[in-house]
Amino acid sequence: MSRRQKVPKARAADTTTVVVLRLYIAGGAPNSLQAIANLEAICHEYLQDVHKLEVIDVLEHPRRAMAEGVLVTPSLAKLSPLPAANVIGNLSDRAKVLLALGLAPNSRKRPA
Amino acid sequence: MAGTRGKAARPLAKLATGIEGFDELSSGGLPRHRTSLLIGGPGAGKTVFALQCLVNAASRQRAAGIFVAFEESPAQLLANCTTFSWGPRSLASKKIFFFDAHLSPTLVTAGDFDLSGMLAMLAAKKREIGAQWIVFDGIDVLLTLLQDRRAEMREIYRLRDWLADNALTAIITAKVDDRASGLMHYDFLQFMVDCVVRLERRQQDRVATQSIQITKYRGSSYAMAEFPMSIGASGIEVGAADLALIEHRASRERITAGFERLDAMLGGGVFRGSSTLITGVPGTSKTTLAGKFAEAACRRGERVLFVSFDEAAEQIMRNLSSVGIQFKAHVKSGLLRMYSARTEGISAEAHLLKLRSLIREYRPSCIVIDPLTAIAKAGTLGAARAVANRLIYMIKDEDITLFVTALSETDDMRAESTDLQISTIADTWIHLSYLVRSGERNRALTIVKSRGTAHSNQVRELVLSDSGPTLTDVYSAGGEVLMGTLRWEKEAEQGASKARQRAEFAQKRRGLQFAEASTRAQITALRMDLQRQRAELTSNAGEDDARAISSSEREGELRRRRSADPPRPSSRKRGNGAAR
Repeated sequence: MSRRQKVPKARAADTTTVVVLRLYIAGGAPNSLQAIANLEAICHEYLQDVHKLEVIDVLEHPRRAMAEGVLVTPSLAKLSPLPAANVIGNLSDRAKVLLALGLAPNSRKRPA
Repeated sequence: MAGTRGKAARPLAKLATGIEGFDELSSGGLPRHRTSLLIGGPGAGKTVFALQCLVNAASRQRAAGIFVAFEESPAQLLANCTTFSWGPRSLASKKIFFFDAHLSPTLVTAGDFDLSGMLAMLAAKKREIGAQWIVFDGIDVLLTLLQDRRAEMREIYRLRDWLADNALTAIITAKVDDRASGLMHYDFLQFMVDCVVRLERRQQDRVATQSIQITKYRGSSYAMAEFPMSIGASGIEVGAADLALIEHRASRERITAGFERLDAMLGGGVFRGSSTLITGVPGTSKTTLAGKFAEAACRRGERVLFVSFDEAAEQIMRNLSSVGIQFKAHVKSGLLRMYSARTEGISAEAHLLKLRSLIREYRPSCIVIDPLTAIAKAGTLGAARAVANRLIYMIKDEDITLFVTALSETDDMRAESTDLQISTIADTWIHLSYLVRSGERNRALTIVKSRGTAHSNQVRELVLSDSGPTLTDVYSAGGEVLMGTLRWEKEAEQGASKARQRAEFAQKRRGLQFAEASTRAQITALRMDLQRQRAELTSNAGEDDARAISSSEREGELRRRRSADPPRPSSRKRGNGAAR
């Protein structure tokens, strides 16, 4: 509830673990381009230097995407730390993305 | 322009679905390289329909297909379809690829998305396995995630374009909860596709009935009505449109209706491939009569399907054996197939489809349905009536001789006609009734009609014994038919008078014999008398000759002495006479 309780959590994530993310996009589709931009902004603000992002173009690697359980694009998968999470959409709903990734919306204040 | 003209000139290519009945009412199946939409509420059979199309295409045309499952995981789907006869086959088939598009409950939606990635994956898979069919099962699950009507439309159009580019025959299924309001949500889906099939599950009088209807089919004629449908062991079966034309072969061959006296009343039996209706109140031995027919057919070596509603096969066999109708051996030899079904809560359509599959599987030459009226128990009478009609025509189409029994609630013969109205289409109608007189109930058999046959107009008494049913002659007394004890009395009376007559006749004959003997004796006596008289006459004649000779000699002597006359020839004459 209080900000203080959440701050150490976010810092712990910042300092001890690297967040591994995979973003599946479909070429230059508007939603896909938007998703890339949105994710990069989030990573810049919250996960600077503690994230690993791989962007996969489903149009180029359809079999791999299928094997990895992709349904729609754009689609974001958080592989580690556990629990794993999946977010679909162009990631314009930042609050939802942060929640899914286990990042508090206000943890931004710490590194800044 | 030229392209458009070319397309218009070509008839719409269709791909058979292999679903029993559906290909008939869609005149060929679903449009090839086009998109068809299946809509319906939960449990209407959309998934089964789509899956069956893929399985049939894979097994019959060696055509591969992709099944995109939004609602259930492929593992669930496969588990569900093992209950179908084709289930295990589809499991083994390498021709069908299941794409697990079933959305995880933990999935978070954060903003707009599209299907372009999924379609790219599916296109890759399509090239890989050479798929010709594709199913999007439960697309509504995905569309609701878009939360935006315009986005939904955009993706639907994306899907349409993709399907057109990839030359795939597609089936999209979508749930609608309500016919009126729910459908509005996906109306644009309906505009987009080339064929719309509506599946519906309805509750009528506690009975769930399923129906199928084609509501749109671009560039094709189709049966517009709503048809009954059922999901059985073979998957979806549609009660397809009956041919408007009735084309039954009219056989001249007569087969026994069960026993000789009944055949005699029917002018030699029933025609092969005809339908016979037996009506009567409970206990008038309709089943026995039908059983006798079945047994006779088995004895000829013909295959018989005995359908009993609401009565177990064992029970029927036991009851019939008490009147000398033995089914056991025929069941064992495989000539007789007993099928018993409950009717409570099962729609008439479901019975029809079950019977149809039984007929196809077993190929009987005779069928007994006992009692057909039971199908009207669940659901509406109108539906049951239609089913009864279709059933009889279907069986006649197969050239199968049919005996159906129908229960009448009252002993009034006209009551039957208000029920299932099958008496009009049956070829022969036998009515069984009770005649109550002098404190007895006796079974009476009447042949109400028998097409193409000079049948007896007489009422006969049906008597059941250990050796089976038989018909006895009836006596008319004062314009009334005598049965039971009255008949027995009459018979006894007639027997007594016959004995009396016999005795009288014997006595008369004895008298005549005596008279004859005495006449013969008289004749003998007279003959003897005659002989005696003749003998006497002969001896008299000899004496006379001797006397005549002596007298003539004396006369000659006398004349010679007198020398008066020359000797006369009279003596010679006399001698001749004596010699005679």
